[in-house]
Amino acid sequence: MAKLKAPIERPLSPHLQIYRLTLTMLMSIAHRATGILLYFGTILLAMWLISVATGPAYFAFVNDLFSTYLGRLLLLGYTWALLHHMLGGIRHLIWDTGVGFERKTVEILAWTTLIGSIVLTIGVWLMGYWVRGGLS
Amino acid sequence: MTMRTPLGQVRGLGSTRAGTSHFWWQRLTAVANIPLTLFIVFSIVFHIGTDHAKMAAYLGSPIVTIALFLFIVSSVFHMGLGMNTIIEDYIQHEGLKILAKMASTFFCIVIGFSSLFAVLKLSFGG
Repeated sequence: MAKLKAPIERPLSPHLQIYRLTLTMLMSIAHRATGILLYFGTILLAMWLISVATGPAYFAFVNDLFSTYLGRLLLLGYTWALLHHMLGGIRHLIWDTGVGFERKTVEILAWTTLIGSIVLTIGVWLMGYWVRGGLS
Repeated sequence: MTMRTPLGQVRGLGSTRAGTSHFWWQRLTAVANIPLTLFIVFSIVFHIGTDHAKMAAYLGSPIVTIALFLFIVSSVFHMGLGMNTIIEDYIQHEGLKILAKMASTFFCIVIGFSSLFAVLKLSFGG
């Protein structure tokens, strides 16, 4: 039987330690990082939905948990990750059509994603506090 | 002279022809997630502080249940695909890679089905 050939030593592409940090690179990393956050963040959503389905006592318990400082911090992070990943995703969908690769456009898209996600997060939370009836 | 078939010789050396499918489902669920996410975010935000009975009635109303149902299916599928890519990128050991992908798939299925069950229970008035 013929000997199995060893896998070809393919050249490795330069990575994080080699390239100078750029905004677009940071946004690429942020897209993946927010994706991972959202993946585990679904635990919060599932927990909340199950609490509503279970009954008033468990619903109150989960609501209290989410109302603590840590709970709110997690939800704030989840909101930002969600909106950032959504805007970043739209950026990718634009690229999928084959446009928007010019250096200037790429920079504009990156800044729009970053600033947009922060503005939208603040907006959503202000709206939430407004619905709740004040900062409590 | 080799006993190995031509197919056996090339197996595992290149494309499994599943790349386009992964890409397509990733993008399809991504597009679906945009309106669904906005709907879910705003419907939750506008019901902050609502008591249990009203919240249960709201989440169980047909339109909201349908939106939540679609959101859960689309986003769980999307995140499963995404996590598979991340696992393939960072875990080189073949056994560990398969275990991690299995664990990820189980996680997605558990999260997905428990969320769907909760929503359907509210909707069917359990």
